[in-house]
This record gives sequence, C-alpha cells and structure tokens, in this order.
Amino acid sequence: MHRLYLIPTLLINVVIIFIPAALTIALAFCRWDGIGTPVFIGLANFRQLFADRVFWMALGNNIIWTAIFLTVPIAMGLLAATMMLIARRGSAFFQVIYFLPMVIATAITARVWQGMIYSPLTGIAGLVTRAGFPVPNPLTQPATALYGIAVVDLWHWWGFLCVIFFAALRQVPQEQIEAARIEGASFWQMLRYVLLPGIRPTITLMMIMTIIWSFLVFDFVYILTQGGPAFSSEVLSTLAYRSAFYDLAVGKAAAVAVVISLFGLATTAFYIRLQAKEFDQ
Amino acid sequence: MRLIESRTTFVLTYTALAILLLITLFPIALLVLNSLKPATQIVQSPLAWPEVYRWDNFVRAWNDARFGTTMLNSAMLAAMTIVLVCSTGSLTAYVLARRKIKSWKIVTFYLLATTTAPIQLFLFPLYFGFAKLGLINNVFAVSLIFTAIYSPFAVMLLRTYFLAVPKELEEAALIDGATHWQVFSKVMLPIVSPGILTVALIIGLYSWNEFLIATTFLQRADRFTAVVSFFLLSGQYTSDWGEIMAAALIIVLPVIILFVALQRRFIEGMAGGSVKG
Repeated sequence: MHRLYLIPTLLINVVIIFIPAALTIALAFCRWDGIGTPVFIGLANFRQLFADRVFWMALGNNIIWTAIFLTVPIAMGLLAATMMLIARRGSAFFQVIYFLPMVIATAITARVWQGMIYSPLTGIAGLVTRAGFPVPNPLTQPATALYGIAVVDLWHWWGFLCVIFFAALRQVPQEQIEAARIEGASFWQMLRYVLLPGIRPTITLMMIMTIIWSFLVFDFVYILTQGGPAFSSEVLSTLAYRSAFYDLAVGKAAAVAVVISLFGLATTAFYIRLQAKEFDQ
Repeated sequence: MRLIESRTTFVLTYTALAILLLITLFPIALLVLNSLKPATQIVQSPLAWPEVYRWDNFVRAWNDARFGTTMLNSAMLAAMTIVLVCSTGSLTAYVLARRKIKSWKIVTFYLLATTTAPIQLFLFPLYFGFAKLGLINNVFAVSLIFTAIYSPFAVMLLRTYFLAVPKELEEAALIDGATHWQVFSKVMLPIVSPGILTVALIIGLYSWNEFLIATTFLQRADRFTAVVSFFLLSGQYTSDWGEIMAAALIIVLPVIILFVALQRRFIEGMAGGSVKG
C-alpha cells in the first residue's frame, strides 16, 4: 500500500535520470549525431578523447578548479564563521549578507562581473586602467581566464560554506570552548584544537561535495568565456555540452560525461569508506 | 559567550567581517547603481553616482527582454515545479522517514546517488528523446526535469520534518479508525507544512534561477525563461549596460526581497540538508 506513495517520485526520476543515464553510458561506445541510428564503435570515443589535447586541458582545469575550491572558499568560510562566533553580535546580519550571492541567478552574477568589474570599457578594470594602472580583462587572457571565472564563482559560493560552518560551530559543546579559554588558549589554538576538530565531519562532507561539484561546474564557464580563449578555460562539462549540441558528436559528449561521473563515483566511494572507518572506531 | 576577551581581537574581528561584507555587497551595489545610469556615463565610470536617473532603462529592459512573456514563463515553470516536487516529495519522504517499506534503505541510497550525478550524464539522450517526442519548448516537460533533479533534495529535507513528528500521533489516528491515506493527508501533512513551505521557497528559487536546462530545452522566444532572455539580451541584442543591469535588477529584486523577508527559511533549507548533527 505504502509502496504506491513512492511511484510518482521514482517514476519521474527513472524516466528523466536513470534511463537517459544508462543510455549515455551506452552511447559512450557509439558514434551518434543525435538523429540517425547510433553505430557501435567500441572504445574509439575514449581513445579519441585521450588523444585530444583539449580533453586533457579541460581535465586539468577541473583539477585546478578543485584545488582552488578545496582551499580558498573553505578557508574563508571557516575563518569568517569563527570570527562570527567570536563577534556574536551582528552574526545573524553578517550571515544573511554573506549568503546573499547564493540566491542571485548565475547568469546575472556572471554578467555583473563581466560588464561592471572585468570589462576594460564599462568595468572597474577599465576605470583603473584609465587612471594609469593598466589591468587587462582576465577573461580574455588564456593565462588568467580560468582564474577570472573562479573569482566570480568564489564570490558566489564562499558565503554558503560560511553559513554551514557557522551552524556547525554553534553546536560545538560550550564546556570545551570554556575550558580552553580558561586555560588561556589563543585564537589560533582555539581554532586548531577545539573548533576545527569539533566540526570535522562537516568539513569533510563539504570537501567531498566540493570535489563532486568541481567536476560539474558549468554555468559560469559557459556564460563568461564558453571555455575560451583557445580552450584555456574549458572544463569537462562545457566540452561535453559543446560536443553534443554544437558538433553533434553525441558519442564523444557521452564519453566525457562518463569520465565526469567516474570522478564523482570515486569521490562518493571514498567518502562512504571514510564514513565506515569512522564508524568502526 | 565571548571566546577571547582582548579588545584588539574584537576590533580585528569586526574589521575583517566588515571587509568581507563590502566584498559581498560591492558587485550588488554596482548592479543597482548602474541600472539607473545612461550607457555613456557607465563608460566614463561605473562607480559614479547617476547624473540623471534613467528610469527608462527599466522600460527598455522590460520590452527588449520581453519580460511580460518570459517572467510569466518563469513563474509558471516555478509554480509547476513547486507543486510537483512538494506533492511527490512529501509522499516519498513520509514513507522513507517512517520506514513503511522494507526497501527504504535502497530507495534512500538511490535518491542520494542521483544528487551527485552530473546533469551531462542524462542530458543528451534526454534532449534528443524529448526532441523526438516534440517536448522541446514545452514548459511542463521542463518542470518534470526540474522535479527529477530537485526532488531528492526535497525528500531528504522533508524526511527530517517527518522524523520530528511523534509516532504516537499516527498510532492514535489509526486506532480512531483513520485510513492510512487519512493519516498521511489529514494528520501528517498539516504538521509538516512548515517544511513543505521551506521546500517550496527553495525549489521556486532554484527553478527561477536555473540556466542550463532552461536554455537547452526552451529555445523559442515565446518560451524563454526570464533568466535566459536576460542572458540573450546581455549577450547579443544590446551593449547598453544600463539597460542590462536594469534587466538584471528586475529579475533579482523579487528574489532578494523574498530572501530578506524569509531569510531563516532559505538559509536553514539550503544549508540544512548538508549539516549533520
């Protein structure tokens, strides 16, 4: 009887996600233009990918992206959350403002940064340049495009982590904090020996999610640079999207999607093992 | 409680927090400020105060982005997704929270697993399948995709609300002769309605802001969502940044007002799913 309650959710999920996902895995071994009949070609898509410079660049960019987002926003979030814990007064206000970028559509955030900050014509960069300190638009330089995008995503994202860490920090037992304080612990000692260990499960979970999300990043790259200039900011998800809808190489796109999923799968498996280990202790 | 009593620590803390505050607000301030300026003045300086208030930026933005149509599309898409996610999600969350079926563990794990699946893993066959079925440019079909993507999150969040309801309540209703359906719809649903409201808000926000699916599946001008028409407006149709920022403000303002008014629901809902313990 209660089984019937699950039918709507599972039906929608299976039709929209599960079956197409299974088809994607099958298509990764086919050549298909999206219209005709798929032709089985074995591992050719993967062989082609592994010989493709752009694929390795995209993968490398995803790894750089992961490294940036595993460190900068997590450090910023932890530090700000700890300071909010010290400040107490006004923490609710800070929290709301820091969180604000999360509710703004990515397309809008991207355009504001593009036009009002990075642009050499209408942005702050242009203003600074005209004042005699030339600042190139980071999005148009192959060496900096990826970092230019990352800054936008950082602005959008770090407050979310801050709010999560702050919520976790408030659950660290008062007695522990009090005891450390009586023993004369400094700010850094407090952070290192009491607060961070107290919220370790939350930090671990956020790091795992960061890795998974870093391999999914799409919106900001697609809107700001479309992977350019010269593929310098290409990531796997934009590569897959372009292959499928611009080049109609759906088999290749499917192969890239499988690669992205493998990273997610490996990360999830690692997390489950970690959880199990902690459970055993 | 105060962690450290030194006065310098206090001053330093507030200074750092204030700097972060400025960094966060700066781009938003640029958005608002420049939405009121003529394009020629933005080229001179994006920081300057408007010489004249160009309220007509908003009129042009509204017309050029066809917000009359596209906002309605966005609102319809959000409404349909909210109804679908809340109705199907609360049913599933109830069954999983109360462990009404033996396979509750497998179903929970499966739903969690789909949240980590990249959109690209199912996007391409879905798109070409929908194209074959004539479902491109169909707002309802897109709301079904949103439902599939967002419902695992909604189920996990609603589950915690169902878990907080005492079991005795359910048992008492059953003893009084209520059917299982009545227990769910007449007893449980009203109690978890705050949770459903939170989910509705967040799902509404996500579908209002969504870009990748909307831009892929809604390609005809009269079916665009507000965000997609903003994206196209700012990409090709104009380089008048006053108008573009006005269009941005039109989309963002209702969201920000709602967020500030109901901040706790938004923050707890969006962050709540991820914090353990």
